Amino acid sequence: MTRSSIIWLVVCALLLIALPRIIIHEFYINMASQVLIFAILALSLNLMLGFGGMVSLGHAAYIGVAGYTCILLTIAGYHPLVAAIVALILSTGCAAIFGMLSLRAPGLGFLMITLALGQIVWGVAYRANTLTGGDNGISLPARPMPFGFDIRSAESFYYFTLIVFAVALFGMWRFVRSPFGASLMGTRDQPRRMRMLGYNTWRIQWLTFVIAGFWGSVGGLMYVYYNLFLSPHALTLQQSAEILLMAILGGATSLTGPIVGAAIITLIKNVVSTYVERWNSLLGIIFIVVIVFMPLGLVPGCRALWRKWQARHKPPVPAASAPEPAE
Amino acid sequence: MQFWIIQTLNSVAFGGLLFLLSSGFSLIFGLMRIPNLAHGAFFMLGAYFGYTLLSLKFNFWIAAIGAGLGVGLVGIILERFVLRQLPGNAQGQVLVTLGLSFIVADLCLLIWTGDPMPLPAPQELRPPLRYFGLAFPTYRLVVLGLALVAAVGLYFLMERTRIGAMIRAGVDDPEMARGVGIPVSRLFTTVFLLGAALAGMGGVLGGPILNAYPGLDADMLPLALIVVILGGAGSLLGAFVGSFIVGFLYNFGIALVPDLAYFVLFLPMVLVLMFLPQGLFGRVQL
Repeated sequence: MTRSSIIWLVVCALLLIALPRIIIHEFYINMASQVLIFAILALSLNLMLGFGGMVSLGHAAYIGVAGYTCILLTIAGYHPLVAAIVALILSTGCAAIFGMLSLRAPGLGFLMITLALGQIVWGVAYRANTLTGGDNGISLPARPMPFGFDIRSAESFYYFTLIVFAVALFGMWRFVRSPFGASLMGTRDQPRRMRMLGYNTWRIQWLTFVIAGFWGSVGGLMYVYYNLFLSPHALTLQQSAEILLMAILGGATSLTGPIVGAAIITLIKNVVSTYVERWNSLLGIIFIVVIVFMPLGLVPGCRALWRKWQARHKPPVPAASAPEPAE
Repeated sequence: MQFWIIQTLNSVAFGGLLFLLSSGFSLIFGLMRIPNLAHGAFFMLGAYFGYTLLSLKFNFWIAAIGAGLGVGLVGIILERFVLRQLPGNAQGQVLVTLGLSFIVADLCLLIWTGDPMPLPAPQELRPPLRYFGLAFPTYRLVVLGLALVAAVGLYFLMERTRIGAMIRAGVDDPEMARGVGIPVSRLFTTVFLLGAALAGMGGVLGGPILNAYPGLDADMLPLALIVVILGGAGSLLGAFVGSFIVGFLYNFGIALVPDLAYFVLFLPMVLVLMFLPQGLFGRVQL
C-alpha cells in the first residue's frame, strides 16, 4: 500500500464510522447498511469475476441456502450462533459442489451452468412450500445478539454490518494479495502457462469458487439479518444479475469497484422504486449501457481519466513515480 | 392408468414445447457461441403477442405464425443492432441479452399487466379424444405433432440443404467457414431469426397449457439451459432428446414430488456434467 492509499483508507473508514451521525435519518442509515451488505456480495462475486475471470450468474443461491438454513434452524430453536455457523458451512458446502459442476465447462458454459444451478435453488425454494413457505417466504423471528450486543436498532445494526464488512473486506484483500491470489490471476490470464509451471489450475479456480461462495454466504446471512425475512424473490436471476452488475459497473479489476457499484445500484434502486415501478427496465438499460460503453467499469475508467489529467497538469514528474499497483 | 397416460402425454407435449424453445437456443449457441439469455423472454413475448392476436379475433394458427414472425423481428433487431456492437466480446454479448430480457419482461408487465393471460386452445381441439375408454387431451397431442413436424423440418433444413450445410460448417469451425466464403454473419442473422421465431411460436402453442404470465421467461430459460447442458450445444438431436428428458422429469416431478420438481432436474445435469461434459450429443464444447 502506498501512503496515499493508506490516507484514503483512513478517511473512508472514519467517514463510514461517523456516517450515522452525519445522516441521522433512520431510513438513510438502513440504506447504508444495505449498501454494505450488497458490497460484501458484490466483492465475493468479484473474486471469481474480476480476479478469476469466471462470470457467475448464480450468486444469489448463497443468499438462499445460507438464509433459509439460518431461519429454519432459528425457528427450530437453535442458538442463533449455531444457526449461523451451520448455515455458513452448508452454504459453503453447496459452493464446493456447484464449483465442481460449473468448472466442468470453461467460459460461457460456466456461466450457463451457474445460472441453471442458481435457478434450481430458486425453484426448490419456490416449490418447497412446506419448508420455505414458497412464494410467501418466511420470517426470522429476531436479530441475533452477537456477544450480548443488541443490534435491533438501525444504528447498531449499521455498526454490526460495518464490522462484518470490514472483516470481509480485509479477508478478501488478503486473499487477492496472497500468492494464491497471484496464481489465480495467472490462471485467468495464462491458463496454459500456469499449467506448464506445475500449478493445478482447476484446484485454484475451484478454491476461489468455494471462497467466493463462503463470503457470498456471509453476505446472504447479513441480508437475512437485515430484512428479517426471506422469499424466493431474493434468489431470482435478477438478484444474481444485480450483484454481477454491481461488480461490473464499479470495475471488476479492483476491490473498490464492487463497493462503488453496490453503492450506486442500491441507491438508484431505492430512489427509483420510490417514484416508478420500472426498476427492472432500468436495470436492463444500465446493464446494456455499462457493457457497451463502460466495459471496464467506473473506478478503473475514472482512475484512467485522473491519471491522464494529472499527466497533463504535472509534466515535470514523468515515469519516476512507480505505477500504482493494481488492486 | 388414466393418471400415467395423462402425465406421459403432458410430458411429451411439454417436451415438444421445450424443443421449440431450445433448438433455436442450441443452434444460436453452437453457431455464435452466445447463450442467448433473452430466449426465455422471446418465448414469453410470443405468448403475449399470441394473446393479443387472439383477442383481436385472429385464428389460433395465424396468431401462432404472426407471433413467431413478430418475435423473429425482435430477434433480428437484437442481433443486428445490439450484438453486432460487441464483436468478439462473447461475455458482453451474453450480458446484453440478459439486460434485454429484463427490459422485455418489464415491458410485458407494463403492457399486459401482472395477471396471467389465458390463451384458449382452438375450439375444434378442446374436446378430448376417447379410445379404449380412456380420454386423451387432443390439444397436447397436436402440440406434440407440431413439435415433431418442426423437428423433422429442422432436420431436413440442417442436413439436406445447402444453407444447413453452411450452418453446420459454421458451428464446427466458424473461422474456416468464413475462409471458404460462407457468409457466416448473414447466417448468424438467419439462425437468430429462426431461433427467435421458433421460441415465439412455442410461446403461443404453449399458451393453452401454460398461459402467458410474468415470470414465464424465468421459468423457461433454465429449462432450455438444462436441455442444452444435457443434450449438448449446437446439436439438433441433442436438443430433441434433451427436451423430452427434461419434459418427462419436470412433469413427473411436479406430479409426484411437487416440492422437489426442480431438484429432480439437478440430478441428470450432475451426471451428464460428471461423465459427459460435452452433453449427450454435443458438437461443440459447452
